[in-house]
Amino acid sequence: MSDLESFRAETREWLEANCPPEMRKPVRDEADVYWGGRNATFKNDAQKAWFEVCRDKGYTVPEWPKEYGGAGLTPAEGKVLRQEMARIGARPPLSSFGIWMLGPALLHFGTEGQKKRFLSEIAAGEIRWCQGYSEPGSGSDLVSMQTFGEDKGDHWVVNGQKIWTSYADEADWIFCLVRTDKQNKYQGITFMLFDMAGSGVSTKPIKLISGNSPFCETFFDDVEVPKSYGEDCPGYVGEINRGWDVAKYLLGHEREMISGAGGGDRTAAIGAALKRNAGEIDPVLRAELAQFDVDALAYSAMGEKFLDELKVGKAHPAQPNMMKYAGTELNKRRHELMMAAGGSRALEWESEETGGGKGARNWLRTKANSIEGGTSEVMLNVISKRILDLPGA
Amino acid sequence: MPLYYDDDQAMLAETAQQFMAEEGAIAKQLRHWRDRDCKDGFGHGLWKQFAEMGFTGMLVDEDDGGLGMGHVEAGIVLENIGRNLTPSPFLSSSVLAATALKHGSDDVRGRWLPGLIEGEKVYSVAIDEGAKHRPETIACKAEKSGNGFRLSGKKDFVVYGASSEMIVVAARTSGSDSDSDGITLFAVPRDADGMAHDSVRLVDSSMASHVTFDGVELDGDAVIGEVDGGREVLNAMLMAGRVGASSEGVGVAQGAMDMTVDYLKQRKQFGKLIGEFQALQHRAAHLYSEVEIARAVTIKAAQLLDGGSEKADLMASVAKAKVAKAAGLAVKEGVQMHGGIGMTDEYDIGLYMKRDRALQEFLGDQYYHAGRVAEMSGY
Repeated sequence: MSDLESFRAETREWLEANCPPEMRKPVRDEADVYWGGRNATFKNDAQKAWFEVCRDKGYTVPEWPKEYGGAGLTPAEGKVLRQEMARIGARPPLSSFGIWMLGPALLHFGTEGQKKRFLSEIAAGEIRWCQGYSEPGSGSDLVSMQTFGEDKGDHWVVNGQKIWTSYADEADWIFCLVRTDKQNKYQGITFMLFDMAGSGVSTKPIKLISGNSPFCETFFDDVEVPKSYGEDCPGYVGEINRGWDVAKYLLGHEREMISGAGGGDRTAAIGAALKRNAGEIDPVLRAELAQFDVDALAYSAMGEKFLDELKVGKAHPAQPNMMKYAGTELNKRRHELMMAAGGSRALEWESEETGGGKGARNWLRTKANSIEGGTSEVMLNVISKRILDLPGA
Repeated sequence: MPLYYDDDQAMLAETAQQFMAEEGAIAKQLRHWRDRDCKDGFGHGLWKQFAEMGFTGMLVDEDDGGLGMGHVEAGIVLENIGRNLTPSPFLSSSVLAATALKHGSDDVRGRWLPGLIEGEKVYSVAIDEGAKHRPETIACKAEKSGNGFRLSGKKDFVVYGASSEMIVVAARTSGSDSDSDGITLFAVPRDADGMAHDSVRLVDSSMASHVTFDGVELDGDAVIGEVDGGREVLNAMLMAGRVGASSEGVGVAQGAMDMTVDYLKQRKQFGKLIGEFQALQHRAAHLYSEVEIARAVTIKAAQLLDGGSEKADLMASVAKAKVAKAAGLAVKEGVQMHGGIGMTDEYDIGLYMKRDRALQEFLGDQYYHAGRVAEMSGY
């Protein structure tokens, strides 16, 4: 048996012994997701047990090095673990922007001291992070952001406002883009890390068209951010005034993540499932569904090709922008068709049958897919410039 | 299997690209033969060169003197054919007819394969009956007659039929027109008595025949595969042909897109390069995205076909439909973005539009294949 095969066998056995049956059911709502943090509560014992056993084995962040709370798995082993978890429908033991966003930034740009402290806290689910990027006046044109940190020697005093901060009202710490040089647009931003419990930070949830409030406005009023949290542990990532490099790296990472997501062709096509649920469907809708399934199955082949090429460095560096554009536009179409096939039942906002209007809320949620993480229009700009090399793009 | 070319395939891609850009170029082939009103619609000299390159018999088993390659490799050749609009019997002869012949007896293979591999002969396939591709219904009849069969009926869209030494004909040997079973494939030689070609030039300057069979007597040796068991062979041909046509379509799309993107970087209006206008940039970027996706699903379908996967049939239809959408967009955007000169015969972009139209119809258009995807998915 190859190493990988024996790893698969071990993993299967370990999951069988340790993943509680309740944790093998699909995630239904927000309470089913464990985000960690200072104020975290478990929904039930199974969620707690599953999280703790994973944390102890390093499986909240399986591919991070062991010294930072991971399991030190190789990418191939990580893939096996994901496959085996998917096989039994195991839920992620811990979700967080620390894992998805800050972690990769620290692994790439962080100091040893930062990695030891912050990565370990993330892996153990002790600190819940949020991301402070967008501002009311800086959406697509993110680099125009103006939240300002005044240099006071060993610390900055930060004033300004962020928006679309995911779960800021529940987060402990924030990684935040702050302008530290007003004269220098790109090289005047610092990627700061600070505690949201400190004085001067306040948050206000934003109610969305879906009725949910996953995002906040976040206000900074004379917030003191230390330049250092101790030896080899700066209060910022990378260099002062070079936070844009970190932000750009993370945006690329985010687009890669979005484009690598999706359930493959098992879930790509929707026509058959909608027909089962809706009974007879209008012939014109059937034609639309067929056209959608063609596009969705083709895109799923594109996803496979993109990931295969990414692994061996064959993918164009700007290709994630194309994937993000095509994938999010497709997802919006998917939910439009699901609503159309669902008819008046799909309109129900509160009924038990619809799980509290889940379909309708998801449909509305998808409208943000082509806005967040770079709008479709910005993606098209990037493709024009970096792939097609069009003039003045 | 990763979804990109392995080293050998990448090498073939480089060779094919270079070869086709030189020898199969639009001025040297398509315009050359078209402007001379050539009745074949393609050059036999280039077909010989295809043989020297090993292309003609690439899908033929090594035991039969071919290269024993797969549909990913044939797709590489076809993509370059598409990109250069090279008129060639490759798809009909080396993909469709060759796939049918794979199922033939030793005698059948021995009779027809060497001529194909050497580039001496061109073959064609006769499937459609009517203006749209509906292979579920086959009315063309072959009745038992002595030791052989007597073939009667009419076939349409027989590409390069009049230039073909042999035509693979799908005919009904039992049952009624829309039965799945009861089909037999025949290798009908050029000199068969009672076969008549009404050969017509199509919009893309290729030649295709309406073929009439008026009691054509065929001996038993003409049968490819099993009598009444031809549906399986026909399906194999269709899958191979659809994936092949998709590959050619990806090339057409890429060729049209490259030409158009180049033009956006040269043409000036209002004192600016038109490629500076965001209205055009976004359309070009969207087109890029569609063409990339079309290529991915085409390679995927070819890999599934080579691997003998059950999903190959579905993905062949997905590929044919997706490529039709992407290539259709590429040629339409191409002409529009070229503006007035896009309407002139002098510029090549219009030739891409014409080729795309013909390729769309060949072996089923996007509506037919989207419908098939729905049916195969159970709705």
